[in-house]
Amino acid sequence: MKFRRLIFANLFRKKIRLILTVGSFAIALVLFTFLAVVRSAFNRGVEIAGADRLVVVDRVGLMNLMPVSYADKIRAIPGVKAVTHDHWFGGVYQDEKNFFPQFVVDVENHHQVYPEFKVPDDQWNNFANDRQGCIAGAKLAERFHWKVGDRIPIKTTLYGGAVWEFNLDGIYHTEKPDGDQGQFWLQWKYFDENVPSVIKSTAGWYIVKLDSPDDAVRVAKAIDEKFANSPHETKTETESAFAGYFAKQFGNIQLLIMTIGSVVFFTLLLVTGNTMAISVRERIGELGVLKAIGVSDRSVLFLVLAEASAISFFGGVLGLSLALVMIPGISGALTGMLPPLLLSKPMLALGLGFALLVGVISGLLPGISAMRMRVVNALRRV
Amino acid sequence: MIRVDGRSDSQSLIRVRGLNKTYSRGGEKIQVLQGLNLDVDKGDFVAFMGPSGSGKTTLLNLLGGLDVPSAGSITVDGDEITHMSGSKLTHWRARHVGFIFQMYNLIPVLTAYQNVELPLLLTKLSGSDRRKHVETALSVVGLADRMHHYPRQLSGGQEQRVTIARAIVSDPTFLLCDEPTGDLDRKSADEIMALIEELVGKYGKTVLMVTHDPVVAARAHTTLHLEKGVLVEGKASSRESVLAGGAA
Repeated sequence: MKFRRLIFANLFRKKIRLILTVGSFAIALVLFTFLAVVRSAFNRGVEIAGADRLVVVDRVGLMNLMPVSYADKIRAIPGVKAVTHDHWFGGVYQDEKNFFPQFVVDVENHHQVYPEFKVPDDQWNNFANDRQGCIAGAKLAERFHWKVGDRIPIKTTLYGGAVWEFNLDGIYHTEKPDGDQGQFWLQWKYFDENVPSVIKSTAGWYIVKLDSPDDAVRVAKAIDEKFANSPHETKTETESAFAGYFAKQFGNIQLLIMTIGSVVFFTLLLVTGNTMAISVRERIGELGVLKAIGVSDRSVLFLVLAEASAISFFGGVLGLSLALVMIPGISGALTGMLPPLLLSKPMLALGLGFALLVGVISGLLPGISAMRMRVVNALRRV
Repeated sequence: MIRVDGRSDSQSLIRVRGLNKTYSRGGEKIQVLQGLNLDVDKGDFVAFMGPSGSGKTTLLNLLGGLDVPSAGSITVDGDEITHMSGSKLTHWRARHVGFIFQMYNLIPVLTAYQNVELPLLLTKLSGSDRRKHVETALSVVGLADRMHHYPRQLSGGQEQRVTIARAIVSDPTFLLCDEPTGDLDRKSADEIMALIEELVGKYGKTVLMVTHDPVVAARAHTTLHLEKGVLVEGKASSRESVLAGGAA
């Protein structure tokens, strides 16, 4: 690129303006990236949901419990490979700020339905044989500096307010690094022994593993038909649909994020576009000279676009670097309130692509006007 | 040989026939050039004079392919430029025309070397060949030792020398100078004119120059006056008469 010296020289012509523009670009990109990771965190449940899993809940709502005896009836439906059930425990560890999801799991079948959660065999066997046992996700254990063998007291908020004590028998990991490693599992049998009688022998929801994802519609229909006209009618849907429904409980996050993201996008366009417009206006005479000595109209457009893209590239790299530093800290501060915020490589690439897109679009208008400018008119303005 | 009667049969380097240029201003049509004829041979040095608004710069713009005429033709070295498309005209300018402006028009963020190199970036010359050309051009104008200076670090006369180096670096067919000494003191103006004379005398360049200054115009081979949109030869400003008047 023979004109690179001219492009860079023009870029650094007004250093304060460049710093301010790149700075505003970087800050806007941090905000944009933060919104993107929040959106991704809310959607992660949907993204990682198994295509071959169904979730069965009480038709009235998630707060209504179902008899645990449903498990065998569901298992008898053709196409069902395995069934397990969960409960929401809803306890507090030391302080209410220390929120993390606690699930009451069915030890016998949980492993078959969720093969993506990896627990060493010896740890799982210890958990299965220990009524007061529990398993924690790797991130959760890291957060509270737990290690296998620790005694963990959790005060229940739903089942009488007592403190329940658990032995940490194992730590699970996920195959994917962005998988959910923040859960806490306790045994259903221990739970069932200690809850009020009205809760006994119940399940919060069932998770059904299918022989094939192609059976999803048929099996879901069969399950709901089986329990139709019973005291606990069911609503069965795919795990991804359930996760999407669950995410919506927080409100229309998607719309909120898209709205703020659009405002950020247009603000950036205006900031960079304004900078480029001023920069081109200041240099009309010089652009006229370039055209006079034989630089083509297209090359003039290219020069302006290259400059705008360079500004957005520098702003983008700075913004994404800041985001890489800041987002883990923000994620830590928001633990419990939001799912973990992860800035993945595809998201970084998306951020840089977004920055370059803004650069090119913002340079288009001043670039086209520079391209169309008549040389004689430009030279008159020297 | 410079002629303005349109009767030259020779193959002039620059041949202008029936050139018209009309501007519209506020609904009113202003005819700046009216059927202008001109023949300029290779190695000629011609000065255009005339009152403000007489169309001197318009003529220079038309000859340099920066503007298009309302009617008439301009042929340079066998190429008729008046019907060229915008992009062809741009390429033509890069190959055939060297511009020297009154206000120098250097790019302030580039050094003298980089400014002079600009026209060569449009060619297929290698980096080392470009360097040779640039160094030669800067030597011709006497600024080889200032090649890494920025325009703000040079005097007006030196800036104009860099402009001249930029104009000659690609060895164009002819040079167009629009008031090349208009922004300089007399001493610097003399130096610049000596340099332009050297380009004509020593290097055989063809130069067409617009000026208000009769002393500067007198250094050209011929001075043409623009009156009512046409060129008039000689008219009270031959080299001898101006010099004689100046000495009186």
